[in-house]
Amino acid sequence: MSDVAPTVLVIEDEPQMRRFLKASLEAHDYRLVEAVTAREGLAQAAGRTPDVILLDLGLPDLDGIELTRRLREWSRVPVIVISARGREQDKIAALDAGADDYLTKPFGLGELLARLRVALRRVAGDGGEPVFAVGDLRVDLGARLVYRRDREVHLTPIEYKLLATLVRHAGKVLTHRQLLKEVWGPNAVEHTHYVRVYLTQLRHKLEDDPSRPRYLLTESGVGYRLKAE
Amino acid sequence: MAPTLDGRPDPEALLARLREGERLASRGQLKIFFGAAPGVGKTFAMLEAARARAREGVEVVVGVVETHGRPETAALLEGLPVLLRRRVEYRGITLEEFDLDAALARKPGLLLVDELAHTNAPGSRHPKRWQDVEELLAAGISVYSTLNVQHLESLNDVVARITGITVRETLPDSVFDQADELELADLSADDLLSRLRLGKVYMPEQAAAAIERFFRKGNLIALREMTLRRAAERVDAQMRGYMQEAGIHSTWAAAERILVCIGPNPDGARLVRAGKRMATGLKCEWSVVHVERPGEPVTPVEREALVANLQLAESLGAGTATLSGLSAAEEILVYARDHNVTKIIVGKPTHPRWRDKLFGSALDQLVRGSGDVDVYAISGDPAGRPRRRRARGARHSPFSEYLRAALIVAVCTALAGLVFRFLSTTDVAMVYLLGVGLVASRYGRGPSVAAALVSIATFDFFFVPPFYTFAVSDVRYLLTFAVMLAIALMISGLTLRIRAQAESARDRERRTATLYGLSRELAAARGRGELVRVVERHLADSVAAQVQVLLPGEGDRVEIPVGTAPAYPIDEKERSVAQWAFDHRRVAGVGSDTLPGAQARWVPMLGSAGIVGVVGVRAAEPRRLQDPALQHLLDTFASQAAVALERVLLAEQAAREQVEAEAERLRTALLSSLSHDMRTPLGAITGAASSLLEETGALAPAARRELIATILEESTRMNRLIGNLLDMIRLESGALQVQKDWQPLEEVVGVALIRLEERLKEHPVEVRLPPDLPLLLMDGLLVEQVFVNLLENAVKYTPAGTPVEISAAAGDGAVVVDVADRGPGFPPGEEARVFDKFYRVAGATTTAGVGLGLTICRGIVTAHGGRIWAENRPGGGAVFHFTLPLAPAPASVPAESPAS
Repeated sequence: MSDVAPTVLVIEDEPQMRRFLKASLEAHDYRLVEAVTAREGLAQAAGRTPDVILLDLGLPDLDGIELTRRLREWSRVPVIVISARGREQDKIAALDAGADDYLTKPFGLGELLARLRVALRRVAGDGGEPVFAVGDLRVDLGARLVYRRDREVHLTPIEYKLLATLVRHAGKVLTHRQLLKEVWGPNAVEHTHYVRVYLTQLRHKLEDDPSRPRYLLTESGVGYRLKAE
Repeated sequence: MAPTLDGRPDPEALLARLREGERLASRGQLKIFFGAAPGVGKTFAMLEAARARAREGVEVVVGVVETHGRPETAALLEGLPVLLRRRVEYRGITLEEFDLDAALARKPGLLLVDELAHTNAPGSRHPKRWQDVEELLAAGISVYSTLNVQHLESLNDVVARITGITVRETLPDSVFDQADELELADLSADDLLSRLRLGKVYMPEQAAAAIERFFRKGNLIALREMTLRRAAERVDAQMRGYMQEAGIHSTWAAAERILVCIGPNPDGARLVRAGKRMATGLKCEWSVVHVERPGEPVTPVEREALVANLQLAESLGAGTATLSGLSAAEEILVYARDHNVTKIIVGKPTHPRWRDKLFGSALDQLVRGSGDVDVYAISGDPAGRPRRRRARGARHSPFSEYLRAALIVAVCTALAGLVFRFLSTTDVAMVYLLGVGLVASRYGRGPSVAAALVSIATFDFFFVPPFYTFAVSDVRYLLTFAVMLAIALMISGLTLRIRAQAESARDRERRTATLYGLSRELAAARGRGELVRVVERHLADSVAAQVQVLLPGEGDRVEIPVGTAPAYPIDEKERSVAQWAFDHRRVAGVGSDTLPGAQARWVPMLGSAGIVGVVGVRAAEPRRLQDPALQHLLDTFASQAAVALERVLLAEQAAREQVEAEAERLRTALLSSLSHDMRTPLGAITGAASSLLEETGALAPAARRELIATILEESTRMNRLIGNLLDMIRLESGALQVQKDWQPLEEVVGVALIRLEERLKEHPVEVRLPPDLPLLLMDGLLVEQVFVNLLENAVKYTPAGTPVEISAAAGDGAVVVDVADRGPGFPPGEEARVFDKFYRVAGATTTAGVGLGLTICRGIVTAHGGRIWAENRPGGGAVFHFTLPLAPAPASVPAESPAS
């Protein structure tokens, strides 16, 4: 992270939400730029070049998903989508359209800060480090080796490919579709159960209690996330 | 109706008068200005009376008045509002007609409608003006009208005989008798004639000669006498009514009752009119019957004459009935005894006398069997009587029957040829007789006679000496021939009769079966759509016509029921006929008095509580719908269907009310839940937040944290509550969409456990899932919610530190999942109730929740095709079981080579 305070663009039409975000984020040394409508948000994204965007999906003038799509035509700035539970389809659509992460309302400040950190880190050092480590799990992408409590774990090629994909986007949500496309190829995007079966296998090899995973997290109805910190 | 023996008024008669009075209270009053001939001043009198009423403040409107160019009449019209006439195009001529709808719309206090017996232009709603007037009266509009005596139905033929002019426009006597008031416009014959000479009487040019003949002094005197007598009869009837009401003893003997028997021929009308005159003279009730004999089917022409006569009888105020039996005399006598008939009127026989001698006479039978009933034989109209063709002749034997008859005779000849050597000629005759009998018993009269003749010829030719000639040497054989012919005739006659009887029995049987079938299917029908289809199908089958049921929709507008296809196109005009039938609860369309030009006959479906719809029947041959038997069948169908439909409508209404009651109960529960369960956390949040805001530094850091923790906890709780309510609403409204996908159960359990990590801190959770558990086809988000709700439930109701166990096992076609705790368990007998909406275990604290969690679980599991139930655990605690079906073909995952 640079010394300069990172800029967060909040595109949100509800004033209470903006007030909460402003108060809490500024207290944690973020600079805040606010936009009330999608149009204004796009203008701010171009004019103020934020480091990360917090985007509410229910905007009055334009669909948040459509906004993400337009933004992605010219910008790679991380986008974190905010939406209510029960709108999983919207979240998936936003992620597939290029959003990086999502938060479900209501959320706590701790969760928000963690997501912001992950997003900013991805911008800072994108895929630079060949070795990923979290808890007692270590993945050496260069040597294609996986360790748990410093003991090597044997993975099948697909298991490894799946894990490597998650590692490359550590901390970020990957939709079933994105994982299928990456690991099995574009023809397999409908077979979500492939991912589920292999992820369960991975959990049995890498987690202490596969029914209460600590690293390979399920984002229910959306996809998976590898815990990054 | 006679007073009872003790002299008190007959209570039933009083009741009838009372009902009549009630009916009349809402009905308009009809006053008829009655006269002997045109020109006596009926219209003039009517207008004068109307002006008098107008002066009293009554709203008087002229519907239709013919002034015939008389200036003094026209002068009386001045100042009275006149309705515009309706223009009707008919065969290129524009006719002006009284506008009934305009009159109904205007609804004046008193309407003037001249010439009550007028016939409306074709295409009008009713064929006759008096029917328009009936509708006006029913709508509460009082009417003044005019009538000449020659237009009265019962006097129609008498007038024709006196004046030599037959009047076509007639008025049923019942209308005349039911008029509330009668005013006689009287003028002596001499005065009328002098008015005629002065040119004061309207006389169209073209009919001058006929009218001149009409206005002869003798005619006028006779007409005037008839008019006065008819008016007097009416006064008499009123007097009688008054006497009955007042309980005054009658001076006449026991009531008479007249029965008129008519056959299927035009002179029946004469009998009917004679019956009416006699009934009026005797002041008694009368009825007209026709006996249908199974052996004598009625031809369409005869049927038409019969229907016309029965309709005439009804319009003259008679009751009508159609009897059926082998012997007309017997049926008539049974009917007469059942109905206390005192006089029977029949037509004089017109057939030759020898027939009576030979076959017996119905009249003779009637007279002999009548006992104390008088029988009057009245002459028919000999001129207009067509020779009745025997109905049996109507059935022509097909050619093939003749062929077969010839074959049988040929076989007989061969047989006779074989036995001829050994037997006598008489025995040969027997063989032929057998053949003739055979033919007669199987085929019609034609083939039988032909067979007899051919048999006689061949018998004569081959077997009667001299052989091979048609000459007969012995006179004895002539007798043989005659016997053969007679037997052929007799047997074929009997056969035909039996066949006709069988056919009529079959016909009745079919009709009964149809009705039975209908009622059975109606009883089984669910929903009005199905019911309507049942009625339409059955009726269409049994009358061989197109049938359409219309039911009232919004604003009692009859329309094709939703979800059924129309049997035939119904345009707005046809629909309006149906609407009329519905509104007036009377038959309309083909074969009725109202809009007979319609496509179909519309019969109201009258149930016990009122009208439920109308049924329309459209036949390729509209004439068929005039058949009284068919009309009767239609009425029966309609009333059966109405009762069934009423039942369904009531059931629908009850179901709707139940749903509404249930919704109401839910709303109440939801409201109380919202107001209580939402306010409690809100109260805590508000309290904590306001304390923090007003804090001046006195609050210890630990206390501050405590307050902030409260705010967070309570908002989380509210979020859960709202989530539950939303899930419930989704389930209830059917908006819940199950998006099934192949999922490992372990993952779903995992997500639920992580979501509840905080709340499960005090409870060790043990998960035992078999490693070989197959993937399940389910909606992960929803099943996750089931686990979350069950675990939350366990947390709520069990003490801290007690364990919770989750386990699953694949069984027969389904996976059974158990969520078990070691809490207090359920009160006995409550295990099933816990899934009810807003159910809470008695004594549970308010922090327990809304009582929706388990209901949502049940909804989700059911939506997955599974089952959920609860039990107390052996050794204490509660256990929830639920099943998720195993898919027959589990999802496949492509295999892969083992570890790298």
